[in-house]
Amino acid sequence: MKYWRLIWAALLRHKARTLFTLLSVVAAFLLFGLLDSVRGAFAGAGSSVAGLNRLVTVSKISFTLQLPKSLLEPIRAVPGVADVTYANWFGGIYQDPKNFFPNEAVAANFLDAYPEWQMSAAEHAAFRSTRTGAVVGAALAQQFHWKLGDRIPLQGTIFPQKNGSNTWIFDLVGIFHIADPRQKAQEKLLLFNWDYFDEARAFGSGNVGWYVVRVADPSTADRVALAVDALSANSDHETKTQSEHAFQLAFVSQFGDIGLIVGAIMAAVFFTLVLLTGNTMAQAVRERIPELAILKTVGFTSGSVLGLVLAESILLLVLGGVAGVLLAAVVAKGLEATVGIILPPIVSSVAVWARSLGLMVLIGVVVGALPAYRGLRLRVVDALAGR
Amino acid sequence: MTDKLVHVENLSKTYTRGRQRVEVLHGINLDIEAGDFVALMGPSGSGKTTLLNLIGGLDAPSGGTITVGGVRIDQLPENALARWRSQQVGFVFQFYNLLSALSARANVELPLLLTRLTGAQRRQRADIALQLVGLSDRAVHKPAELSGGQQQRVAIARAIVSDPTLLVCDEPTGDLDRQSAAEVLALLQQLNRDHGKTIIMVTHDPKAAEFARRIVHLDKGTLVDVIERPAA
Repeated sequence: MKYWRLIWAALLRHKARTLFTLLSVVAAFLLFGLLDSVRGAFAGAGSSVAGLNRLVTVSKISFTLQLPKSLLEPIRAVPGVADVTYANWFGGIYQDPKNFFPNEAVAANFLDAYPEWQMSAAEHAAFRSTRTGAVVGAALAQQFHWKLGDRIPLQGTIFPQKNGSNTWIFDLVGIFHIADPRQKAQEKLLLFNWDYFDEARAFGSGNVGWYVVRVADPSTADRVALAVDALSANSDHETKTQSEHAFQLAFVSQFGDIGLIVGAIMAAVFFTLVLLTGNTMAQAVRERIPELAILKTVGFTSGSVLGLVLAESILLLVLGGVAGVLLAAVVAKGLEATVGIILPPIVSSVAVWARSLGLMVLIGVVVGALPAYRGLRLRVVDALAGR
Repeated sequence: MTDKLVHVENLSKTYTRGRQRVEVLHGINLDIEAGDFVALMGPSGSGKTTLLNLIGGLDAPSGGTITVGGVRIDQLPENALARWRSQQVGFVFQFYNLLSALSARANVELPLLLTRLTGAQRRQRADIALQLVGLSDRAVHKPAELSGGQQQRVAIARAIVSDPTLLVCDEPTGDLDRQSAAEVLALLQQLNRDHGKTIIMVTHDPKAAEFARRIVHLDKGTLVDVIERPAA
């Protein structure tokens, strides 16, 4: 640590240059922190312990295709199935398309499959007994300042009513909370009664979007999934049953190969960063050749000079990188609140920090290597003579 | 003055510049006793800075031997030579060569970073060295905030802070006005007389050379003359 002042002084020699270089490092690691968080969020989508006993059954062709409701009882009768429920994507808009949030028509027992969505017994009962009843997550209620008893109009974008109207009115009878921070984004859901939806919609009656199958024992999930899919084998509505985790992964994969996209962007960003910072370091060391020569003159070995230049380069990267990832953590929090339900929760995890720190050191070594080598090879008499 | 501190025998140095071989020094024999103050003089290109660099262990000879304090420094490998320099030699250059981002005190402390001294001990020694060169009140100033003469005195403090046996000075007054030059030379003379430092100084200036006890003249890489000066 006794060399700390030397390293620090080298960085402060040209404050403006160091500041601008730091800003570029901050920007690069802000981007990295965010993108790596997003990549990690997609990779870990649905990996929460909650839902291990839930299977999702969708059309084998595409989960946008509907399945007959007549599958309900056969699925329930499959050995190992504890309960089955169903839902349908509604896609309604509240006031303005910008106010997007997911809304679904769900069976009366749908909430039973999601015990982690906490709601009072009275609200559960109200949801079952109110034909136009709807429940929302606490985050959504807070966003639109909704309270129990409010009437919420949604404009149907897919399903008009039989009477030709596109306006669906729901009575808010429940607000659910989710304790697990990794699931918190689901507090932006609106769910309403299937019966109301199925009776009133102009088309598609008797079909459901997907089934949620609760298995009695998660260890039997694979066998149950096969049995459920066997029910409609060779029919015109073959199904694909998978774990909730796998379903969510399939859902997010619609966005493309997130890992590849993130990797490509980051490669471009870091390539630019290496060129930029490498040039800065080379320039900084070139200007300090006489100073490095003095260090060698007073007895610093070539190895020490090499170490000092590398340490300077790594410090520059770590300072900017840590600031960038810290900023990314703040921005990620904001993004989580904005995009929550559509994307998996974005969090700057320990893994993101570990990868970031590794990259900081690696890039620090890469950009410092050539200038440090120059310091290593420096001949004192030539440097002092300005050669 | 009876101990031979520096013994140079049949020393030669050849540089290769492109396809050209330039023999800068040849057949130099020189003894410098402990406590001596030697001025190396000669026209440009005579090899005096090269000789100084070789004696200071900054460069390796092409032939001959250099023994300083009983150590054959021409045979030391690079890292050992660096260690030897840090313990035995203090350097003063024409352009001071201070680290611009460090304070005067931090510049003086530089050679002590290579020792096992604690921060407080380093600071204490640096302050003593600054006091010796009359710059106690400039310890926290950066080089840019000091005059040329003051910067050179900081450089001298840096050169003596680790209490080396030998001070090698390359045109230490070459970039100074007459008054500052006189102050610096007086300081070197004081270090030689009062603290027993052996000083080898390259200079073009006959007035500067008058501060030395011996003047060694070089010409075209050869030692041509040694003048003993009467004790001042």
